[in-house]
Amino acid sequence: MDNVAASPLLPEVREAMLPYLGEVFGNPQSLHDWGDGAREAVEGAREQVAALIGGNPEEVIFTSSGTEANNMAVKGMARARADRGKHIIVSAIEHFSVLNSTRTLQKEGFEVSQAPVDSNGAVDPEEVIKLVRPDTVLVSVMHASGEVGTIQPIAEIAARLPKDGPLLHTDAVASAGNIPVDVKGLGVHALSLAGNQFNGPRGSAALWVRRGVRMLPLLDGGVQEGGRRPGTEDVPAIAGLGKAAEIAGRDLAGRMSKLSGLRDMLIGGVLGRIEHSILTGHPLKRLPGYASFCLRFIEGEATLMLLNSHGIAAASGSACTSRALKASHVLLAMGVNHELAQGSMLFTLGPDNDEEDVNYVLEKLPQVVERLRQMSPLYSRYLKEQKG
Amino acid sequence: MPVYSEKVMQHFMNPHNVGEIEDADGVGEIGNPVCGDMMTFYIKVKDNRIEDVKYKTFGCGAAIAVSSMVSDLVKGKTLEEALTVTPAAVAVELEGLPKNKMHCSNLGAQALHRAIKDYAIKNKIDIPGLTDKEEPEEDEHACET
Repeated sequence: MDNVAASPLLPEVREAMLPYLGEVFGNPQSLHDWGDGAREAVEGAREQVAALIGGNPEEVIFTSSGTEANNMAVKGMARARADRGKHIIVSAIEHFSVLNSTRTLQKEGFEVSQAPVDSNGAVDPEEVIKLVRPDTVLVSVMHASGEVGTIQPIAEIAARLPKDGPLLHTDAVASAGNIPVDVKGLGVHALSLAGNQFNGPRGSAALWVRRGVRMLPLLDGGVQEGGRRPGTEDVPAIAGLGKAAEIAGRDLAGRMSKLSGLRDMLIGGVLGRIEHSILTGHPLKRLPGYASFCLRFIEGEATLMLLNSHGIAAASGSACTSRALKASHVLLAMGVNHELAQGSMLFTLGPDNDEEDVNYVLEKLPQVVERLRQMSPLYSRYLKEQKG
Repeated sequence: MPVYSEKVMQHFMNPHNVGEIEDADGVGEIGNPVCGDMMTFYIKVKDNRIEDVKYKTFGCGAAIAVSSMVSDLVKGKTLEEALTVTPAAVAVELEGLPKNKMHCSNLGAQALHRAIKDYAIKNKIDIPGLTDKEEPEEDEHACET
């Protein structure tokens, strides 16, 4: 139940990739039959990805990861507009690929403002609009949080941004392929997505950039991807991304209803069966497969290890879980205190999960939590305080 | 989860001596939940020996395994012997700890030393090795908040 970290490759996606790992090994730039096969795969995938998000194929740029797409959008668009102004707005809960891109831009003289989120992890469009200045050239707010699943009001932000004002980028890595994503409906200028978030291959991602929007490339090189992302194309990954996008679009409604049902069952079960547990993220506006919690008095890594011993995979934003030993910036921005953030738990459901899996978690998780609480000095202190 | 040694996993999955001692002769606490690790050690002392030791630990797998190992290492030892158990020695006994856990989670020995200090103060005794082993400044240590 850690689909956000790695979702299993769909067999159909694997099938779509295999020819390009085998007989169709050509370079899409070559002017011969071998190149033709590869080129057709890349251009076919471009159409499939564009169809998933309601864009035009020529607006899709393939990248190696969501991180690269976010870097390209934030740095590339800001740098291309530096002559107009050097102010950027992002939300406080953006992915590190966005946040750290803005840090790099700060070294180049850009100023960065961060819009806060409420306790549900939601950005208030008003808070974003308040930060807009005459020299604001870019706003980047994620479409949905990969950590607490909250879906952000991107269309409302777009509608309220001044005309001919800043460009709007959204990191849709967590949402694309999982909920409807329509670049026109959202009113954005650029959007990042990644195949591994919807059962496509890792190393497959894309940035959609609206026609006419200027963006400087991160890499200097040749003519691939219109010169905006030079480097020989990863044809198998791109073909896999295309297929995964096609399937995600085709199965979206059914998948959403199934995953929402499982999610609500898991959320209800955890909150009902485990005392001192809270849901993190928005109670309603959340990604279908995302069930995230904070479990008081215990620490996330120990919880993950015991769950793992029962064959359950999950994730946590606790300090101990992260290599940097820092608690999740998303939870802290939502006003969750450090102690509670230590007990954060994220279950991300995928199409392979079923009710049996959820019931299994609901059987094991309370046992794991109880076991850790029995050895937690915080819990015994709490119980003593309760007694009087 | 191959981040940890087999020994750490054994102690984490089946920690020894977990609990509290109601009428403990010494109690020592270290760490805080903000950093992610917190340990409370309880000792029962008889004839200058640690007759019983128990602890409660809030923290990651390493913190729990460290607590368990410390309790094993000092049970039945004299107070002087227990004071020679260092965080480094605990890490060795656990067949190593991940680098980034050395500092944050390896606090068990210090918590135990605090329990011994508590005992010494309560009983107004001087234990060789206690006074010259002043607390390192780890307490509100470098966990970034």
